[in-house]
Amino acid sequence: MASASTQSPSTRAGARPSDALPAETLLKWLRDMQLIREFETRTMQAYQQAKIGGFCHIYSGQEASAVGTIRSLNPDDPIVLAYRDHGHALARGMSARACMAEMFGKAAGCAKGKGGSMHMFDKPHWLFGGHGIVGAQTPLGAGLAFAARYEWEVMGTGAKKVSVCYLGDGAIDQGAFHEALNLASLFGLPVIYVIENNGYSMGTAIHRHTANSKNLVSRGQSYAIKSVEIDGFDVRNVYDQFKPLVDECRDLQRPAFVDLKTYRYMGHSMSDPQKYRTKDEVDGWKEKDSIAALASHLMGSESDGGRACLSEDDWKAMRAEIAEEVRDSIEFAESAADPDVEAELYSDVYINPLPQSSPIADYPHGAKNPLL
Amino acid sequence: MTTITAPVPSGGRRVEHPALPGGFAVPDFDRPLPSREGERIIQFREALREAMSEEMRRDERVFLLGEEVAEYNGAYKVSQGMLEEFGAKRIIDSPISENGFAGLGIAAAMYGLRPIIEFMSWSFSLVAADQLLNNAAKMLYMSGGQWGCPIVFRGNDGAGGQLGSTHSWCVEGLFANVPGTKIAIPSNPYDGKGLLKTAILDPDPVFFLESERMLGDKAHVPEEEYYIPFGKARLVREGDACTLISFGRPVNFCVEACEQLAAKGIECDLLDMRTIRPLDMDSVITSLKKTNRIVVVDQSWPFASIASEVVTQVVEKGFDWLDQAPIRVNTDDVPTPYAKNLEAEYLPNPAKIVAAVTRAMA
Ligand SMILES: Cc1ncc(C[n+]2csc(CCOP(=O)(O)OP(=O)(O)O)c2C)c(N)n1
Ligand SMILES: [Mg+2]
Repeated sequence: MASASTQSPSTRAGARPSDALPAETLLKWLRDMQLIREFETRTMQAYQQAKIGGFCHIYSGQEASAVGTIRSLNPDDPIVLAYRDHGHALARGMSARACMAEMFGKAAGCAKGKGGSMHMFDKPHWLFGGHGIVGAQTPLGAGLAFAARYEWEVMGTGAKKVSVCYLGDGAIDQGAFHEALNLASLFGLPVIYVIENNGYSMGTAIHRHTANSKNLVSRGQSYAIKSVEIDGFDVRNVYDQFKPLVDECRDLQRPAFVDLKTYRYMGHSMSDPQKYRTKDEVDGWKEKDSIAALASHLMGSESDGGRACLSEDDWKAMRAEIAEEVRDSIEFAESAADPDVEAELYSDVYINPLPQSSPIADYPHGAKNPLL
Repeated sequence: MTTITAPVPSGGRRVEHPALPGGFAVPDFDRPLPSREGERIIQFREALREAMSEEMRRDERVFLLGEEVAEYNGAYKVSQGMLEEFGAKRIIDSPISENGFAGLGIAAAMYGLRPIIEFMSWSFSLVAADQLLNNAAKMLYMSGGQWGCPIVFRGNDGAGGQLGSTHSWCVEGLFANVPGTKIAIPSNPYDGKGLLKTAILDPDPVFFLESERMLGDKAHVPEEEYYIPFGKARLVREGDACTLISFGRPVNFCVEACEQLAAKGIECDLLDMRTIRPLDMDSVITSLKKTNRIVVVDQSWPFASIASEVVTQVVEKGFDWLDQAPIRVNTDDVPTPYAKNLEAEYLPNPAKIVAAVTRAMA
């Protein structure tokens, strides 16, 4: 249903799918992205205060990628990704509390504190995990699509689904990725491989780590997979290009490959001095910031192609509300209980723990996961 | 490849072998090792860097390949400055393609070069397991002695700080099962340097296991060149109450435990195995004959572990000298948890070692 705000000049000029969406939807995207930004800012602080340990990878800058793609999916389309996973978890609907508590290593975390920053798993939201070994999730993306297609085609019980497997530009150098692409094409699997191409594999710029780096779509094309490049820094653009691709993959039950160009503002992980890039480069990207761009679009007048659905005060209020939500998640995580050593160290190793499986102890059942 | 005669360090000798044109160098292991005491205090990572750099200066065939080793100066700064000295043809950044670059190194070794392959973490070597365990370990055997594989794979092993289930691997338990592997696992900078230099000269594939937790550890490392032989445990402390066996980082926990026990008048023999293939069971049995008690401390899982191997061989070779059943201190038999309190409980520590020795003495 076209609302008044969709009659903007840009709509008339060419049908952008996102222009047909109600203003509330775009406002929700703005909220989603700002939540991730704020969450990551507080995550860094908590890490610096040693409340969070291990490896911790910050998503700031890349928000439009997670939000634009996830909002193109159905809530029960399965997704799987790498270790830079807080943003996707939040965009998928995980509470800030469960996500933060996981990083604080608390029992109320999404994996009961057993996984940590790199392993955001959320069954109710069809999030099949953040994965720490580069490339490890790529065959899983194919497997999720295989199972969903099997359910629909062989068992006749499910609807047509699409799975999305996110990976970094560095991960396309792993063998598992190429095996997965071949399987996806050969078996006709509805999986979309989204390369969140932020230009770096740790400290190695893309042209130094992968061949033919300006033409990543050739990777998908060589397996006869539909492959597109998407400017991933503009969330409306992500949706505009990704949503039709999702529809097509769902309909035809076929794979796709996306080179989604994005940029991370922070270091690779919390311990990266970033000598491999200049401040100017980072600032250049920040000028195009996806959150600021969407906010200004929503504030802009309709005659200028904007949506005129957000005032400065609304935006301020939204940010304050989000800041409060994230502050609450920190407080929650801080005061939450540690996992109980007795109950949790030896639980979740087996579903059906059999006696004499270990020379040390017997495996019990632990507490129920707080997300279930 | 044009045959390059293996350069030999002073006092060493060259040994010919049909699988290795140019032979291989064997250092003078009879020469006594220089003193561990002194003023030249450097970090573990620097000791490793010195070992590689010294061998690279001597032997042009040696090169270093791995993720972030060159321009980033090493993810953990082990190779800092090496790009500057040796250039981009010998200090080579690789994509995240462990299976690919491990295999590349193996073939380069067969051809006649002497690769050092860095895994940012041994946890990431698992995607290269086929290359490591089939190609590197078995090449000499399955080629009937035609091609050897003189290569060093090195990187961080063992739990770091809260790295969780996939990044905390101790691969020694897994990999030591495979014949054809040599595995070194130093516990301190002095041994780190001496063992790595030996690893680079060794004509067989060596898996060299470092610990991210120890790279900043400091100790005296002598200026003069030295090589530590494989298969010779170091007696770190002497006592007749109990034999403590360990390797790698937990040796340091054992030292702490020994100090606590000594305060109670209990003096232990502490053996730092230094390599686990070869495994110096002779030294273990010699000590056992004195103490009649044995505790093995191993930071990998207990089931089918190095500790299991030590205990098995103790029972096979030293049964008559045992007054007590051998005791193992391993990590808990679960995937590595992330939460700080769970991880702390999971790892071996001095308190667990003291408790084990106390039990062995009961
Ligand atoms: C198999 C493996 N090798 C190395 C690593 C260490 N590592 C973690 S992330 C990373 C860089 C990955 O870059 P990219 O895929 O572009 O993702 P980004 O971090 O940019 O999101 C590396 C080398 C790992 N986790 N797994
Ligand atoms: Mg990247």
